[in-house]
Amino acid sequence: MDKKPRTLFEKIWDAHVVAQSAAEPSLLYIDLHLVHEVTSPQAFDGLRQAGRRVRRPELTVATIDHNVPTTPDRLVIQDPVAAAQIRALRRNAEEFGITLFDIGSGRQGIVHVIGPELGLTQPGMTIVCGDSHTSTHGAFGALAFGIGTSEVEHVLATQSLQQHKPQTMLVRIEGALPAGVTAKDMALGIIGRIGTDGATGHVVEYAGEAVRSLSMEGRMTLCNMTIEAGARAGLVAPDEATFSYLAGRAYAPQGAAWDAAVARWRTLPTDPGAEFDRIVEIRAEELEPYVTWGTSPAMVVPVTSAVPDPRNAASEAERQGAARALEYMGLVPGTPIDTIPVDRVFIGSCTNSRLEDLRAAARVVNGRKVSARVRAMVVPGSEAIKRSAEAEGLHRVFLAAGFEWREPGCSMCLGMNPDILAPQERCAATSNRNFEGRQGRGGRTHLVSPEMAAAAAIAGHFVDVRSFHLDRPNAASSVNPAQERTLNAAVS
Amino acid sequence: MQPFRKHTGVAVPLDRANIDTDQIIPKQFLKRIERTGYGEFLFYDWRFDSDGTPLPEFVLNQPQYRAASILIAGRNFGCGSSREHAPWALAQHGFRAIIAPTFADIFSNNALKNGLLPVALAESAVCELMRRAERAPFELTVDLEALSVSAADGFEAKFHINEFARHCLLNGLDDIGLTLQREADIARFEAARPAWMPSLTASR
Ligand code: SF4
Repeated sequence: MDKKPRTLFEKIWDAHVVAQSAAEPSLLYIDLHLVHEVTSPQAFDGLRQAGRRVRRPELTVATIDHNVPTTPDRLVIQDPVAAAQIRALRRNAEEFGITLFDIGSGRQGIVHVIGPELGLTQPGMTIVCGDSHTSTHGAFGALAFGIGTSEVEHVLATQSLQQHKPQTMLVRIEGALPAGVTAKDMALGIIGRIGTDGATGHVVEYAGEAVRSLSMEGRMTLCNMTIEAGARAGLVAPDEATFSYLAGRAYAPQGAAWDAAVARWRTLPTDPGAEFDRIVEIRAEELEPYVTWGTSPAMVVPVTSAVPDPRNAASEAERQGAARALEYMGLVPGTPIDTIPVDRVFIGSCTNSRLEDLRAAARVVNGRKVSARVRAMVVPGSEAIKRSAEAEGLHRVFLAAGFEWREPGCSMCLGMNPDILAPQERCAATSNRNFEGRQGRGGRTHLVSPEMAAAAAIAGHFVDVRSFHLDRPNAASSVNPAQERTLNAAVS
Repeated sequence: MQPFRKHTGVAVPLDRANIDTDQIIPKQFLKRIERTGYGEFLFYDWRFDSDGTPLPEFVLNQPQYRAASILIAGRNFGCGSSREHAPWALAQHGFRAIIAPTFADIFSNNALKNGLLPVALAESAVCELMRRAERAPFELTVDLEALSVSAADGFEAKFHINEFARHCLLNGLDDIGLTLQREADIARFEAARPAWMPSLTASR
């Protein structure tokens, strides 16, 4: 049999097609279905109304992340509507026999953080969740994508999904990432180049030296933001880093089963000569620490540059979009990014709330103080991360500097819980969306890496983390009154 | 699902690109556990000020467009969050079709499952419709059988949609029902899955 070289995506796809016919989309088997409280109640209701059951409850796992408060008294949820939604998930999990990692179970957390952490996310799998950032799990070489509530119901009832085969796109990043440039900057740099619909209809595979050198955490950050370029999913081929991350995790295979799994995982990477529908090449050396200036993740510039002038936009539609974004963000073209003051700093979300992110932020914060003008918070991605971070003493570093140290959840990433921005408050956030009102009506979000967010918290304004001398406590933290006035004048 | 065959209605122009689902239905309205009740919160932050007073300049608040059932928008409509609350809100507000140059994938899937038709037309055609709708409200006909968008004055543009989605929409088919007919295929596939794949039954 002659074997056509296949991509990682094609191998996973082919291995999961249950049935195929010319007239209908492929029916794809789903290995793992993740569920959270916001996008699932209507799906369970649909099942109940039709008298259907969950076909494979043991391949379904639920947690509570979007609505949960992040204060220590989080067990008592004040918002009655959020409380009803959480109650509904508990009832549904119980009624349909689904494992729920509830608040306080020791395993609760942001759904895209706990999947990998528990070893549920494994190479070669198909994973879905009623949440667009399901793309995160692609870091393990799993085909993982977000679905809507009707599709959630479909997967619950049939453990499969009707899908049209997407196209493939290779994003190759060769070279070594410069110091101070992170996986988050890689993601922002790519979206800045290809746009928020640059990968629509495609599954993106990331390859090249700079991607191979990323930790699993870094790969998750990169794949997480793939949806922000419009892609169906992002993928990184599994390798030794993937296997050693998974070894020994709660739901990872063990003993002989582990060996069988690894042997199969090794066959997954894209074959030499396999073809992609599109290829994008980027040099890692050209990437810098980025800060978004507008209301879409593609509105992004290096921290060393200035707020762009809409008059230089490529088209009339883009000019209007940019002008509108600047008005919303309260920014003036030409303002150097590192003079823009921040009011809030949020370190957290499924993009950047893992132990490695917290360590990186803590290295910048260590021995310094949060600027008096800033309210800053760290929200670990899961109960397990919070425990590990506390075991290492990271919470003390943050608390001593004046950060709030919170309980795990989505928190200020989308502000469905009490953590929100006030109108016009400006926030350096490690999350993934800077849409209008995302963190609270009128709130102004700038997306950055954890290191850049930490540095902004100390300095009181955006600052190039590369010029932030880690050996000199508070080197860039003192903003004198005159400078403070300039900072405030820089923005309207 | 409500079938879609042919619909004639007033077109309303919303000339912005990358309209994300956070704008279509802001998060504070996602806490409901029902499928209904979202229509009044459609584009909430654009339609109302912080006290809930309608903003007269926003197009959906203008009386001449109040009965509109076809939305004309810029490219990459529905990007961002996968919330199906977005098509629910649009449909419950009274929209039957959205016309834009391109749509985000998840939104498009979600819309089709709710009898809301995403119609992708060439950028130039969308632009022409947008300018006309901005001048004065006018009626458009979206015909899923003929795959065309037309107006009384002779405007006509063809669109494309995948055949299966069209078939389901025309007939209002429930795709869970369709998939359940393939039960034997699913069972056969399951029988061949490796046993080491994660399963939540074993308590660990
Ligand atoms: S952290 Fe933000 S992006 Fe991630 S799942 Fe939660 S709300 Fe969505």
